[in-house]
Amino acid sequence: MKKQSDKIYTLIALIILFLFVYFAQNKLDAYKIRILNLGAIYVTLGVSLNLIYGFTGQFSLGHAGFMAIGAYVTALLVLPPYYKEIIFILEPLAWPFTVIHAPFIVALFLSGLVAALAAFVIGLPVLRLKGDYLGIATLGFAEIIRIVANNIPHITNGALGIKGIPEYTNLWWTVGVAVVTIYIIKGLINSSFGRALMAIRENEIAAEVIGINLTYHKVMSFTISAFFAGVGGGLFACLLTTIDPKAFMFVMTFNILAVVVLGGLGSITGTVIAAFLFNFFLEYLRPIEAGFNLGPLNFPPIPGLRMVSFSVLLLILILYKQRGLMGGIEFSWRGFFQLINRIFTNKKPTEGSAS
Amino acid sequence: MTINLFLQNIANGLSLGTLYALIAIGYTMVYGILRLINFAHGEIFMLAPYFLYFGFLIFHLPWWASAMVAIGLTALTGVLTERIAYKPLRDAPRISALISAIGVSFFLQNLAIVVFSGIPKSVHRPAFFTRLFQFGEIRIQSTLFASIGISIIFLSLLIYIIYQTKTGLAMRAISRDIETSRLMGIDVNRAISVTFVIGSSLAAVGGILWSLRFPQLFPTMGMIPGLKAFIAAVVGGIGSIPGAMLGGFVLGMSEILFVTFFPALSGYRDAFVFIILILILLFKPDGILGIKVQEKV
Repeated sequence: MKKQSDKIYTLIALIILFLFVYFAQNKLDAYKIRILNLGAIYVTLGVSLNLIYGFTGQFSLGHAGFMAIGAYVTALLVLPPYYKEIIFILEPLAWPFTVIHAPFIVALFLSGLVAALAAFVIGLPVLRLKGDYLGIATLGFAEIIRIVANNIPHITNGALGIKGIPEYTNLWWTVGVAVVTIYIIKGLINSSFGRALMAIRENEIAAEVIGINLTYHKVMSFTISAFFAGVGGGLFACLLTTIDPKAFMFVMTFNILAVVVLGGLGSITGTVIAAFLFNFFLEYLRPIEAGFNLGPLNFPPIPGLRMVSFSVLLLILILYKQRGLMGGIEFSWRGFFQLINRIFTNKKPTEGSAS
Repeated sequence: MTINLFLQNIANGLSLGTLYALIAIGYTMVYGILRLINFAHGEIFMLAPYFLYFGFLIFHLPWWASAMVAIGLTALTGVLTERIAYKPLRDAPRISALISAIGVSFFLQNLAIVVFSGIPKSVHRPAFFTRLFQFGEIRIQSTLFASIGISIIFLSLLIYIIYQTKTGLAMRAISRDIETSRLMGIDVNRAISVTFVIGSSLAAVGGILWSLRFPQLFPTMGMIPGLKAFIAAVVGGIGSIPGAMLGGFVLGMSEILFVTFFPALSGYRDAFVFIILILILLFKPDGILGIKVQEKV
């Protein structure tokens, strides 16, 4: 049973978050805001992947494909019609897309819906597959989506991509969407629907025996997950202001998968922490590449060194934290206060601690 | 389509299929033993032609000698990868090893950018590999004969090792049940190392032959062939070596025939490969030659 005090604490935390976003959006420089934005988008993407993989146990590698759908839908909806005429050089834009135009929030929502629809159509046949086979099949679908985007220039502008997308995405949007995503997915997981998902993860056959409709739950979980991936893709498009099919290669899915696994499978808290750490490290390793002085030693700029050191960090982390940072443990206020108590008083924790 | 053009395409399909088959074997062997999708295999494949390029250009070794050195170094990289990144994770959740493999793949790719630079390099092809043979109207590049000949030599060697030697027996036992094999006194670590030596050497041979067919080197060149070879392994039935060869041929052949029959859709070539994969998985979830694993309740 959720205690009344927990709700108050959550409210206070949200207010602090609100103040932080207000401060960050107004006081921080554009570069730092960009990193925070990416971190928050990764939270949305990671938490949604966690729903299908971490909680339902269905190995999906299709996130980049759903992001691509979301990104293109958002881009086509928010671009002003006169601008569309200028950028579609390869082939003129097909009819319905030339005239439609929607505000950002509607575009984001529709992005999610279209991605969810695609996931529903794909999921019905494919979710019968298990384990690695499912992963490879969904990876295949993501690649197919990308290749199709590359080959329909009258809608996606082909390999040139769509440029000049209005930069609507800011911290209010990314953090807001991340909070809403966490709220909805956490609510889902704590419902009977979520318990059915976890039953499927633990043992599919046993779950079926106790009367859980496997197809329904798997497809729903996949569809919801794709919805948020689509919204994430839309945010992504309006953050980068330019998208092309290359941005949604399977490397994108791997990044999100790495965030989920490093955070700890089935832990939303872990995903949130890992999403920000991932982007911080990715960005703050840039100086390595630019060349630096270490005492008398002078390191020349070497392109590519940033990603080398980043992958080494990733490897070290996975080798020493095999179950991820949080290891499937979830944040709770009780655990949080016990942790604080332990740090300040050096007292032994009582049972049920979060750490 | 004339019969000559058809035969020409069969020849092209065969040559591409052989290359996929060579890489697919590395995937299928590692998956058969460790149940790990070794995503770094495509990067192992990419390293071999680079090693060859530098051996030939900087150390002025004769071509065949640099090829040997390149295969050796690639095999060494493969074994080191396993020791450093996969062995510590043998008792961890399987997904951790997968992330580790992805990490290795990023690492090797970017290390290649740092060491070899990201600028594409063109490959020197010995005179023998640039010759064209004319059979009536069909023209066949000598690389086709070379790749088929070299593949047959290496594949026979592989089949000999797997089915005639003690190490091969150990490898087959481990792929059935790693724990029982250990209890039976099989040196699991040694057999896994041998697996990586064989798989990486075959990928190296494939990489070198690939660079003769498509003579350009760049650090990300392993990604797409690697992914397709993995699909070939799955299509053939992952864990089965004859399956990997068959899958490689099926994939190479259908890719070439798709482009021939539907030239307007050639942009969808890679998508077609994935559609084959998904269809085969849906109708035959264990691949063409895969063994159905009974699920325990």
